[in-house]
Amino acid sequence: MTISFGNPDRPNSYIGKTVPRPNAGRLVEGRGHYVDDMTLPRMVHVVFVRSPFAHARIKGIEAADALAVKGVLRVFTGADIAKVCTPWVAVLAHLKGLKSPPEHAIAVDRACWVGEPVAAVVATSRAAAEDGAALVEVDFYPLPVTGDMMTALDADTPVLHADMGDNLAFRREHHEGDVDAVMAGAHKVVSARFKTARHTGVTLEPRSILVDWNGAEGQLTAWHATQAPHMIQSVLAQHLGLEEGRVRVICGDVGGSYGIKVHVYPDEVATAAIAKIMGRPVKFIADRLESFTTDIHARDHEIRAKIAVDETGKILAFDIDDWTAIGAYSVYPRTSAIEGNQVVNLCGGPYDFSDYRAKTTVVFQNKTPTCQYRAVGHPIAVAVTEGLVDMAAAELGMDPVAIRRRNMYADDCYPVTSPAKMRFEGLSHHASMDTLVALMDYDGLRLEQAEMRAKGIYRGIGIASFIELTNPSPFMYGIGGARISAQDGCTVRMDPDGSLVALSGVTEQGQGTEAMLSQIVAEGVGVSPSRVRVITGDTQVTPYGGGTWASRGAGIGGEAALQAALALKASILEVAASMLQAQAKALDIRDGKVVDADSGAERLALEELGRIVYFRGDTLPKGLPRELVQTRHFITSEYPFAFTNGVQASYLEVDTDTGIVKLLKHWCVEDCGRIINPQLVDEQIRGGIVQGLGGALYEEIHYDAEGQLLNGSMADYLVPMAGEMPDMVIGHVETPTMESTLGAKGAGEAGTAGAPAAVMNAINDALRGLGAQVTEMPFTPERILRALGKIED
Amino acid sequence: MSDVFRNKVDITLTVNGEEVEARVPAGRHLIDFLRLDLGLTGAHASCEHGVCGACTVKVDGDAVRGCLMLAAQADGAEVWTIEGMSDTGAIRDLQDAFVTRNALQCGFCTPGMLVACEELLTRDALPERDEIRDYLSGNYCRCTGYEAIVDAVEDVAKARRGLT
Repeated sequence: MTISFGNPDRPNSYIGKTVPRPNAGRLVEGRGHYVDDMTLPRMVHVVFVRSPFAHARIKGIEAADALAVKGVLRVFTGADIAKVCTPWVAVLAHLKGLKSPPEHAIAVDRACWVGEPVAAVVATSRAAAEDGAALVEVDFYPLPVTGDMMTALDADTPVLHADMGDNLAFRREHHEGDVDAVMAGAHKVVSARFKTARHTGVTLEPRSILVDWNGAEGQLTAWHATQAPHMIQSVLAQHLGLEEGRVRVICGDVGGSYGIKVHVYPDEVATAAIAKIMGRPVKFIADRLESFTTDIHARDHEIRAKIAVDETGKILAFDIDDWTAIGAYSVYPRTSAIEGNQVVNLCGGPYDFSDYRAKTTVVFQNKTPTCQYRAVGHPIAVAVTEGLVDMAAAELGMDPVAIRRRNMYADDCYPVTSPAKMRFEGLSHHASMDTLVALMDYDGLRLEQAEMRAKGIYRGIGIASFIELTNPSPFMYGIGGARISAQDGCTVRMDPDGSLVALSGVTEQGQGTEAMLSQIVAEGVGVSPSRVRVITGDTQVTPYGGGTWASRGAGIGGEAALQAALALKASILEVAASMLQAQAKALDIRDGKVVDADSGAERLALEELGRIVYFRGDTLPKGLPRELVQTRHFITSEYPFAFTNGVQASYLEVDTDTGIVKLLKHWCVEDCGRIINPQLVDEQIRGGIVQGLGGALYEEIHYDAEGQLLNGSMADYLVPMAGEMPDMVIGHVETPTMESTLGAKGAGEAGTAGAPAAVMNAINDALRGLGAQVTEMPFTPERILRALGKIED
Repeated sequence: MSDVFRNKVDITLTVNGEEVEARVPAGRHLIDFLRLDLGLTGAHASCEHGVCGACTVKVDGDAVRGCLMLAAQADGAEVWTIEGMSDTGAIRDLQDAFVTRNALQCGFCTPGMLVACEELLTRDALPERDEIRDYLSGNYCRCTGYEAIVDAVEDVAKARRGLT
């Protein structure tokens, strides 16, 4: 069965419509169910003692005073936990050369970053556990600190992990063509140094886990704020010595994730180990300082890069030298080499050029580990690429839109393989740019900009084209040996009242996964979305799947749901055909009723069919299949990733006296393939843009030379507030992927991917006449004033 | 703990229209009292020092940070949380507008955000978009990018004035 997506008047046309999210109603009434809302009988609380040093040997731990606190039950050291929980090594076979030492749930003899857990205090209340933790005496012997990224490989820099030999975690070089020769002969070569700041996700719900070990059943149950329940199931089973089938991970409401909650965290695994030791429920909720020091960080990159162009603005070559520091360990099990790897894969992405050289150097340091955060590597690659393109345009006296049109892959050239060896099935750079230029009235805005400049007001327009990697296949993690599913599944069943239940392996953290699934299932079977109940986030209940990350929920999970729904529809029609003495193909299901496909005349309500099947099966022919439940799985097979594309524009004003940037408006045109719910896609893009704007203007984790994190609170680490953010205009081009019936690609990361580059280009557009240029994010007033020469010390 | 300073305090207050008597530790924050002692888990603890607004509840008519107020300070107060405001229907239009505009994603900031929005609409019947943005700048949302929230508040402001 297929669906005639081209016909908006088709029956049950819920795919492509804005329908309400089924879970939004209870969230606005405060009826969310987050991990910290749960209380279980005999539940205790764990609080971690964390290293105050960036690097120190643990010579001894004295817990007597902590144990004397009323309510404190146990204190665990790293050695205690290591008896029941094996360490992990976060490497993947396909990232050749990646190395990382074994990491314990609680540090055993050495702490490697400020915030690493060194002991755990369990008490009957959180307050008692905190009081106890303050009284645990750890005898630390401070060791030399490796902090700086660019000197991490110098001969006189201390080696963080002696067994590793040096501080190099991973290096990859990619060569295509002869970049040196092209650069030597090019009309213009522009070079620049870019920095993106170490930042973090700041989920409003801190990391949360509640674990119970029921020894009588031999089952571990974890209620966990996670994006990937099945991955966590596998990890807990492996490291606690349990069968996977004896670990159940339940994921209720999750208060924001953005990639932060898709990783394995030492304190969360320790919580599970403690539950197993104590045989009772143990809850861990990170406090805000713990969030800043132990949630993964990301984007700590420094890049030297060059672009070569000819006289007409044709891009000839890119040369990229990326460095990133990932903290003390590669993060399990996805590893911390992916972000640098993505920079190599994605630079130059929108453009048709031939010679490409890119290198990433990934080093260890005594800081919080970094790993995948929303739009992994994209904001870095897009900033470098689009920054260079704008600089080249300025050198040539070309308009930023014109130089992009000169170089973007033609909309009719697909499929095509990029110099980075990325395979593009079908993109729409030119159509997207045309839509953007019309939406923002580009020429009108340029006139306005010139008028304002004449009045001494410095406004800038910044453009950023981008590609986005979505719908990952096993080429992302599975081929490297990680038990992370690229396949996903959905079970759809019809109950006696004619309503449907859909169980899916993808998860919900607010994106609208459940709404998206409900409308796909509704259209696939032929009922109203309100008749579909969606269940996600329980490894013991849903089909096996990867969860929600890398913008795979709609493209992978949605297609599985569509196929399961179509299969159920066929099953229902087979029963209906028997009951009505008709041909199944002459029947259809519309709005919860079996109808004649041609006339639309009602023949049988689904609740009547359900009544007969479930309660009067005796009246149906013997041997008639009557399985009103179907499961389907989906995995992509033609392309390693479904690339999407888009283009953003920022319009802003720079106060050249204060260095303050005021965002006036923002546009994004995105092509995520088939749009299932326009409102949810727009809101994903808007939310993503604002996270990108945060990285561009505000967000930066600061450390001192001793590896102390200096701004670990929401008052000191700035995230975007409502008052600073602009209104955002969103447009679409739809190029469905042919890999699936649904045709959906991802949309979750586009906003974050392109926004920082658009802002950077807009600031530099505003300041170009003043001879100032900024390339180091975030673009704080201080950095802008320094670029203007107004601060010189 | 010295004898002079009692570490347990007896309080009597009204929560969501119901009288509550309790003996609370002197250091118990209002948000913890509501969540842990009364089971009112709608408001959330997030930054725990008054920046993000996820714990915002209504105390004697004002939007107040539940993480910056002690339960002992609420003695004699009238406290409303999202649960009570939902039961009475006091902000039904605002809640409906949030759903219609998809002005929430993960929902963690939403109960506090709604209390702040209601306070704004009580004080300024028809705020401009810039005023809405400024007023809500004490309530962080990491999911939506804020625009849909501003849209929802604007819709309700106009509807309450009969302008739509």
